[in-house]
Amino acid sequence: MGVEMQPEPVVSTGPADLPAGPSTVITAGSGRTLAGLCEAWQYRELLYFLVWRDLKVRYKQTVLGALWAVIQPLASAVIFTVVFGMFVKVPSEGVPYPLFAYLGLLPWQLFAFALTESTASVVVHERLLKKVYFPRLYLPLTPVLGAVVDFAVASVVAVALLLAYRVRLGAGLLALPLLIAAVLVCAFAVSVWLAALNVKYRDVRYAVPFLVQVWFFATPIVYSSSLIPAHLRPWWALNPMGSIVDGFRWALLGTPLPQPLALLVSAGVTLTLLAGGVAYFRRVEVTIADLV
Amino acid sequence: MIVGELAIRADGLCKRYLMGSSASYLSLRESLAVLPRRLLGREARPDRQNELWALREVSFAVGRGEVLGVIGHNGAGKSTLLKILSRITRPTAGRAEVWGRVGSLLEVGTGFHPELTGRENVFLNGAILGMRRAEIERKYDAIVGFAEIDQFLDTPVKHYSSGMYMRLAFAVAAHLETEILLVDEVLAVGDAEFQKKCLGKMEDVHRGGRAVLFVSHNLAAVERVCSRVMVLDHGGVRFMGEPSEAVRRYLTSTEGALTGEWHHPEPFTGRTQILRAFLCDANGVPNGNPDCGTTFGVVIEFSVGERLRELILGMAVCNQYQVPVFSTSPSDVGVAVPLEPGTYRTKVLFPRGFLMPKGFSLIISLYNRWQGLDSHSHIMPFKVHAVDSVATATPTGRLGDVFAECAWDVIGRLPEKSTRPVS
Repeated sequence: MGVEMQPEPVVSTGPADLPAGPSTVITAGSGRTLAGLCEAWQYRELLYFLVWRDLKVRYKQTVLGALWAVIQPLASAVIFTVVFGMFVKVPSEGVPYPLFAYLGLLPWQLFAFALTESTASVVVHERLLKKVYFPRLYLPLTPVLGAVVDFAVASVVAVALLLAYRVRLGAGLLALPLLIAAVLVCAFAVSVWLAALNVKYRDVRYAVPFLVQVWFFATPIVYSSSLIPAHLRPWWALNPMGSIVDGFRWALLGTPLPQPLALLVSAGVTLTLLAGGVAYFRRVEVTIADLV
Repeated sequence: MIVGELAIRADGLCKRYLMGSSASYLSLRESLAVLPRRLLGREARPDRQNELWALREVSFAVGRGEVLGVIGHNGAGKSTLLKILSRITRPTAGRAEVWGRVGSLLEVGTGFHPELTGRENVFLNGAILGMRRAEIERKYDAIVGFAEIDQFLDTPVKHYSSGMYMRLAFAVAAHLETEILLVDEVLAVGDAEFQKKCLGKMEDVHRGGRAVLFVSHNLAAVERVCSRVMVLDHGGVRFMGEPSEAVRRYLTSTEGALTGEWHHPEPFTGRTQILRAFLCDANGVPNGNPDCGTTFGVVIEFSVGERLRELILGMAVCNQYQVPVFSTSPSDVGVAVPLEPGTYRTKVLFPRGFLMPKGFSLIISLYNRWQGLDSHSHIMPFKVHAVDSVATATPTGRLGDVFAECAWDVIGRLPEKSTRPVS
């Protein structure tokens, strides 16, 4: 007992030239958002591993694996074609209804999946949160990025449909990356709110399926946005998913683009939701380990 | 020269927890219930009684190349301190500055996913602990070699034995090379050989000019590897300095509070947990002053929250250095633990005179093959009083923490020549 370890002269094997100032300062506050985002970037490899883990586990546990990414939107498109395209005869801007529905469902599935998965993301990682530090924003971000893979798989069917209906693609195709980015930002903006709220109020998890359903019908997926009464249009623009879905159809099918003003409003709503969501999350983040 | 350069400086760290309903998450129903009061601005402020100061004005500094040990009773604030330094939670007041990357080992196997293979988990766990991908790739062979599980690398870890799982988890953790390492009690797992390997690894870390903050209940290990030791008591720094002196102070501070009784620190929530434990005599009647001449034992009360497929109740008795001396479980003697929801009382009696007249504490756990359900370490410290018995008959005092009558015999006399030294 009592072997004393005299600090002996040592040879450093770690980085020798540490900066003079502390690399991390820990205080009661949550720190600057910008600094937090810089740090999130430094941890980006962890984000990659988290997304990779989710995909791997998800597909390992299912028999059909990645096929689910196709089956869901495809089955929905078939049902909507029968109900709304054939029975109700909803006008679809002169586009074959299956194509019309599927291209609406494509961005919607990404959005809905991200929302559903990220709501519980913080709470289900309780153990991890209490044992190790990493940028907490990664938890709601992971399902959003994971949804991109499903989106890519589902896109294969979209390409097949476009070929089958012999659609001639135009210059709108160039806007597609921007539109995909828009869905991701929009999905993350809402997800980050839900994930943070769910930490405080566990009922959020139960409210989300309902929210997704309402949001689905508020978005022109099974119907065309030209059916929306003119006096309601300004309100409709508040739903960024509406502009995004219309944008997808415009880019691939050449249907009319929403009014520039509506696009601006949608972008504004998305960015406001994002900024507010990140700020709220960062406020809740400080207390997460004490709450969950 | 690296010693003398700062790695961590903490200045007046405080942490307050709010107990009771105001601290935990709310369901919407509860939120709606308090809404009218909130709207009227009459929401009850968390009152003083619901506050718990886990840390009060803790200040210290750790230099590079130093291993600082942190010891203290349960609830003294050790874990909270580590959580603040590893940025899992934030201090209520005060500030800490850190020079360099911080690696924290508050638990081994954090983020392991049962469905993933050993190989996949090495990468995932490494990334979670803060290693870079290139770093993990570089150390991969060393990690696998350390864990000694080569042939199971492509098997999902859910099929691993708990020993293999732990070895792999620890192997990843042991190869974490950050400038600052925070270690909490991870040495409690694994066999002796493995613990030795890990302690050795920690000494390497400190020779490498990094700084280590080591929280442990194992006082022997703390004395061995630490260059300085901090004793925390009720959230404050009680002593800071030379390890053997720190351990001595810590041990003398335990003497006062031997009630022979322990209650779960949090309110009962209806889940599966240990509720209470107390020292008892042979009939199960509370007796806080056991001696080595009379049979005594421990009564443990626990609750089962939902029907379980399996439940193991385990108890380890630790010596005053908080090193486990032996462990016992009802299943050792074929006694089944009830699995139906309900609250139960169990009693375990030690063989008479088995525990020497020394200080002991307990580790009590509820677990099954899939998960740990509740565990409390180094609770209910107690002292066994000396009475005249075989165990205390040796005038110079006896070695060891336990006493057992063993079957001794002089089985014969050897012929003269066989005792001669071999030339």
